[in-house]
Amino acid sequence: MDWQTLLSIALGAILVNNFILVQFLGICPFMGVSKKMDTAVGMGFAVIFVMGLASALCYPVNLLLVKLDMEFMQTVTFILVIAALVQFVEMFLQKTIPSLYEALGVYLPLITTNCAVLGVVLLNVQNDYNFIESVVYGLTGGVGFLLAIVLFASIRERLAFNAETPKCFEGFPIALITAGLMALAFSGFSGLQVF
Amino acid sequence: MNFGKQLKEGVLTQNPVLVQLLGMCSTMAITTSLSNGLGMGVSVLIILTLSNIIISALRKIIPDKIRIAAYIVVIAGFVTMVDLLLQAYLQDIANSLGVFIPLIVVNCIILARAESFASKNGVLASAVDGITQGLGYTLVLLVMSVIREFLGSGTFGGGILNGGEGIRIFPESYGALMMVLPVGGFLTLGCLIALMQWAQNRSKEGKK
Repeated sequence: MDWQTLLSIALGAILVNNFILVQFLGICPFMGVSKKMDTAVGMGFAVIFVMGLASALCYPVNLLLVKLDMEFMQTVTFILVIAALVQFVEMFLQKTIPSLYEALGVYLPLITTNCAVLGVVLLNVQNDYNFIESVVYGLTGGVGFLLAIVLFASIRERLAFNAETPKCFEGFPIALITAGLMALAFSGFSGLQVF
Repeated sequence: MNFGKQLKEGVLTQNPVLVQLLGMCSTMAITTSLSNGLGMGVSVLIILTLSNIIISALRKIIPDKIRIAAYIVVIAGFVTMVDLLLQAYLQDIANSLGVFIPLIVVNCIILARAESFASKNGVLASAVDGITQGLGYTLVLLVMSVIREFLGSGTFGGGILNGGEGIRIFPESYGALMMVLPVGGFLTLGCLIALMQWAQNRSKEGKK
């Protein structure tokens, strides 16, 4: 366990293998919540929080499953852990920080079905990460999500006012094309090697 | 029960990907070769049909407040079954689809159909709905993977035809690698949805 491994995991999750633009995890909230800057930022931070916490919680759960020889139950168990976690975070925020709770609104429960959250937990298991690596991967994966959604939201805000799109490309298709160009830019990071 | 009408809705007018805009992640991520598209499409078709049947059969028993959690458990059960079956019998497809098989659990199409259709309709209608919506999804995956594979690597039917190598249409070095990368997924899907909106606008104008 050294900081170099952690740094390369972190850089990998934020830039080289960005969850949205390279691995295609979490496209639904990326498209749905990116029309306005402030909701995009709120969503991004909520996802960082949930992804980090889910990685931390699912690690011992997975150890338990391996010990009981029940690895085939991983998908079912993880999704239940995530659903319970999101519910818990929701109640906790409502009691302690009501302003943040109201700002996130309906997007909070929707994090359960964000494939980036389940994806990061499954990838942790696949890559054989230990506890600290899992948490770092979860948190930085969330940071990558935040980065992509903030960039995308700012482009979309301008696009809505300034662009003349052909009629059939209005709305969703042009957003996808924009995201495609962003993905092209991010694929430039793929040659990046840290150590 | 009107099978023809539901089929038309699932494949065209209410296509889950092109019109309802659900299930984007898997659509763009795995459509790099025909075998991937077909494997994913059929898996989702099977899971969607089975979970629709079970959820609609249990729709009067499941309490309203915990229905989403109950749906997810049903769906996750079927996903695990399909995952294990693929690993046992179709190892190649299971490897190339990787993490996206367990991620079918959070594919919005299945949860959306459970919530908006299966929880309100009878078992038979829900089964038909699962099949038709699944067909619509599979069709989009097939179209996308054919386009991306052709432009990206110059082959047709990779993983299935010609001993898994696919039929070569033009030399590989002429292919636009971009189309197999994530970029190609976004661009192809964007153009397909634009085509769909164009067709819808035209048919609306035609009716006037």
